[in-house]
Amino acid sequence: MAPRTSAKICGMGHSMKRKEDARFLQGKGNYVDDIKLPGMLFMDIVRSPFAYATIKSINTEAATAIPGVLAVITGETLAQYNLHWMPTLMSDTQMVLPTDTVMYQSQEVAAVIATDRYSAADGVEAVEVEYEPMQAMVTPFQSMEPGAPVLRTDKEGKTDNLAWHWEHGDREGTDQAFANADIVVREKMHIPRIHVASIETCGCVADFDPVQGQLTVYMTTQAPHAIRTVLALVAGHVGLSEERIRVVSPDIGGGFGGKVPVYPGYVCAIAASVVIGKPVKWIEDRSENLQADSFARDYHMDCELAASNEGKIQALRIKTVADYGYTDAAANPSKFPAGLFSICTGSYDMETAFTEMDAVYTNKPPGGVAYRCSFRVTEAVHAIERMVDVLAQQLGRDPAELRFQNFIQPDQFPYQSPMGWEYDSGNYGAALEKAMALVGYDELRKEQAEKRANGEFMGIGIASFTEIVGAGPSQTFDILGIKMFDSCELRIHPTGKAIARFGTKSQGQGHETTYAQIIAEELGIPALHIQVEEGDTDTAPYGLGTYASRSTPTAGAAAAKAARKVLDKARKIAAHLLEVSEEDLEWEPGVFTVKGAPDRSTTIQDIAFAAYTNHPQGMEAGLEAVHYYDPPNLTFPFGSYICVVDIDKGTGQIHIRRFVAVDDCGNIINPMIVQGQVHGGLTQGLAPAMYESLIYDEEGNILNGTFMDYLVPTAVETPHWETAHTITPSPHHPLGAKGVGESATVGAPPAIVNAVVDALSPLGITHMEIPITPPQVWEILNDHGVAE
Amino acid sequence: MATKTISLTVNGQEHSCDVEPRLLLVHLLRDMLDLTGTHIGCDTSHCGACTVLLDDRSVKSCTLLAVQANGKSIKTIEAMAEGGQMHPLQECFKEHHGLQCGFCTPGMIMRAAELLERNPSPTEEDIRWGISGNLCRCTGYVNIVKAIQHAADKMQQQEAAA
Repeated sequence: MAPRTSAKICGMGHSMKRKEDARFLQGKGNYVDDIKLPGMLFMDIVRSPFAYATIKSINTEAATAIPGVLAVITGETLAQYNLHWMPTLMSDTQMVLPTDTVMYQSQEVAAVIATDRYSAADGVEAVEVEYEPMQAMVTPFQSMEPGAPVLRTDKEGKTDNLAWHWEHGDREGTDQAFANADIVVREKMHIPRIHVASIETCGCVADFDPVQGQLTVYMTTQAPHAIRTVLALVAGHVGLSEERIRVVSPDIGGGFGGKVPVYPGYVCAIAASVVIGKPVKWIEDRSENLQADSFARDYHMDCELAASNEGKIQALRIKTVADYGYTDAAANPSKFPAGLFSICTGSYDMETAFTEMDAVYTNKPPGGVAYRCSFRVTEAVHAIERMVDVLAQQLGRDPAELRFQNFIQPDQFPYQSPMGWEYDSGNYGAALEKAMALVGYDELRKEQAEKRANGEFMGIGIASFTEIVGAGPSQTFDILGIKMFDSCELRIHPTGKAIARFGTKSQGQGHETTYAQIIAEELGIPALHIQVEEGDTDTAPYGLGTYASRSTPTAGAAAAKAARKVLDKARKIAAHLLEVSEEDLEWEPGVFTVKGAPDRSTTIQDIAFAAYTNHPQGMEAGLEAVHYYDPPNLTFPFGSYICVVDIDKGTGQIHIRRFVAVDDCGNIINPMIVQGQVHGGLTQGLAPAMYESLIYDEEGNILNGTFMDYLVPTAVETPHWETAHTITPSPHHPLGAKGVGESATVGAPPAIVNAVVDALSPLGITHMEIPITPPQVWEILNDHGVAE
Repeated sequence: MATKTISLTVNGQEHSCDVEPRLLLVHLLRDMLDLTGTHIGCDTSHCGACTVLLDDRSVKSCTLLAVQANGKSIKTIEAMAEGGQMHPLQECFKEHHGLQCGFCTPGMIMRAAELLERNPSPTEEDIRWGISGNLCRCTGYVNIVKAIQHAADKMQQQEAAA
C-alpha cells in the first residue's frame, strides 16, 4: 500500500530509519547501569544454594567487617518495616527477603550494601547462612500427590499446593461433541520453562533524598507508571507517597515481558536507599537473572481434538497442569487466571471447546511472565497448531488442505469464538496461500516424496496462528485495579515542531520513530520534527506500559486520537486565518486549503505559530491534547508460517532449509521495523523449539543457569528468515493496526515442530516435545534402524 | 586491597590508573573512564556485549583483567565515529535496521570491525560464524548480517576511492 504522506513527512507506511539509533550506535545509550550518581553505593545479593530449606541463622559479622561493606539487609531487617513480603501482580504474595524459609534455589536471602561493586561481592561471600534443607517439590505432579508437604504455609488454612483451578468454555457441550465424534486425536505436550534472557539483565538505582522525602528510582521496567503506584501502595506505611515517587525507565536493553514484575532486588535497593539516605545501585549478574527472575511457560497440556471423518474440526478440549513455581507472579493483567489461553481454538471454526487448568506451586522460581506473548497465547497456539497436524496425519490429509477446510472464513468476521472472543478481522486463507506460494509448497511436497522414496528425511511444517493482543478493554483487563488504557500527550510548539509523551516504554521496538510517524500521518508534521518521550513518571502521562504487543493497539491509537484533537483545534485556527468557515476547508496532511480556491491555504506550521500569536478571540492559546485510549476490543493479528527441514541421519541434526513467515498485523506503520520485529520474534520462537529450556534436577538445582549452558541461539543456529505480509486492517483501531511484536514468537515453534514431525512421520512419529535436540532425533532414527 | 598502577591508551588518549589487580577491564572502562558504551550482558564470556579492540584484536573486556591491558591500546565504540562521521558499520547498522534495543550493538560492531579488518569481503557464512561469539536477542541476526555485508562493500569502495 503506497504511503499517503510524502517521504519528507514520513507518515505511516514509510520505512523511516530509526530516530533512536544514533545514540545506540555511538555508545551513548543511557541504560540503568550507565547511571552514576554522587555518593552512589552498590548492592549485591546473597542467594540460597538450596531449593527448599529452613534458615537456621544468618551471621553478618564477617561481612560487615570487610572494608567498604556498610550494611547487610536481611528479612528480619525488612520485617521491622513490614516490607519483607510484597504482593505479586496476580494478587498472590512473594517474599522480598525470607525470615525463616527459602522456597527456590537462588532465592534472595540477604542484601549487602557497600561502597563499590567488588566490596559488595566480597560481602556476599562473607555472609554465613546456616540452612536445614528439606525435600524440594520440583514438578507440579510431585506437588499434587496426596500427602505432599504444603509449600505455602504462609497462607492460612492452605492444605495443598494448588494455587488455583480455572475452567473456561462449555464442558458439557464439549464432552458431548467428543462422545459423538468420528475421530478423536490426543497428544500430551509440555511447553518447557524458559527465560526471556534479554541481553541487559535487571537492575536499578534507587535514590532517596531524605531532605525532600523524594524517591527517584531508575529501573529496568516495562511499566514505570504502574510500578510507581505499586510502590506507593505497598510502601505508603513507611512514608513513600505517590507524589514524591519518581520512576524513570531509561533505555532498556530488551524486556520481552521479563521486566514487568517487581523483583526483590528492586525493593531491597529502595529500602537501602531510604534507610541510608544515599543512592544505591543494584545490577544483577546473568546467572542471577536466569536462575531467579521470573520464568515463562511451563505448561503440561493434555490436548484432544474431535473431528468428522471428512476432516471437519468439531471440538477442542485441553487440560493443563501449570507449574507456577513458589508463587503466582505472572504478569497477566486480565480477569482470567490463565490470561488469554482461551484463544486456543485458534484460526479454526469449531462448535465448542473447553479448557481447564490446575496452577500448582513448586520449589522453583516464581512466574510466569508473558515472554513475548500476550499472556499464555504461545502455549495455546502450540496446542492447536500441533493438534491440527496430528489430526491431518491421522486422516492422511495434507496439513495445508485440512487448515483451508477448517479456517474461519473472511465473511465470518467479526467472529464469535466458542470461548467467547470476538475476533476483529482476518483472512487466514490468503496468508497461507501466500506462504505456500513463496515457499513453493507443491514442489516441496514432490521433492519430499522423492526423498522419502530414497530413505531421506525432509519435513514441511505449517503453523497458521491467530494471536490476541492489545490489552485491553478495561472491563476485563487491569493491574491491581488500574485499567489497561494507554496514553499520549501531544504538544505542538510555536515553530510547528512537537513533543509527544506516552505511558508506554520501548525496549527496542522503536517507539521514538513509529509514534512520530503516527502523528506525522495525522498532522503532516515531519516525523523528524516530533520528539517522543516515554518512561519518566514525572513527565509522561499515566499508562500501563509496553508488553503483550499493546503499544500500537493502545498508545498508538492514543497518539492518533490526540493528534485528531489537535487537528480539530487547528481547523478552527485555520478558518480564522483564512477567514472562512470550518466547513469550507479541505485537509491533506500538513495543509488546510479553502475548497475551490487552491491558492488559499495555510500549513500546520502556520497554524501552530498562530496558536500562540494570533488565535481567535475567546480561544485558549496553545496547541496540545492528551488522550487516554481504552480499546473497545482486543486485536487479532495472524499469520501463516512454513518451515522446511532436512534431517541428518548421522547426527540427528535438524537443518532449517527455509522458513517463510507471512504476517498480518493490519495496517503497517513502519515496514522496516515490523520486519525487524518478526525476525526477532522468529528467533525467540526457534529458541524454545530447538535450544532453550531451564532444567532442574530432583533436588531443585538448576542445571543450566548461565549462558554457558542455557543456549540462546547465535547467528550460526539462526536461519535466514524470509518474511512477507498480507494486510487485513482492524476495524476498531483508529489506524487499522493490530500490533506485531509477538506474533512470530508464538507462531514459530509449532511450525518447526510440525516440520520435524513431518520429516519423521514415515517412522510413525506423531509428536515431539520441545526443545527438539539432535540426540532426541538420532535416538528415533536409531530405534528404527535408519541412523547412519 | 593493594592497587597497581597501569598505563594504557584508550581511544587515543593515554591514561594512568591505580587499579585492584582483580578489576576487570570492562569495569575500568565503564566505571573509571566513564566509557559506558561497552556493556555487560553475562558473567561467562558468552554474550560479547563487552567486546572492545585491544591492540586491534576484538576481545571480551569482561574476561580480561585491567592489569592485562597495561601498556596496550584499546578502542571502544565511542571512538568509532571520526570527525562527526559515523563508521561505515555504524551507518549500515542504521540503514539496514541491524539494532533494536541497542544493548548488544557496541560489542557487535567492535567484533565486526575486526572481522572486516581480517576478511574485507566475507560471505554470509563467514559473517555468521564471525559474530557467533556475540549474542543478540532482538534482531534475529538477519539485518546484522546484512549490515556487515553492506559495510564491507562500503569500506572497499572507500578504499578504492582513496
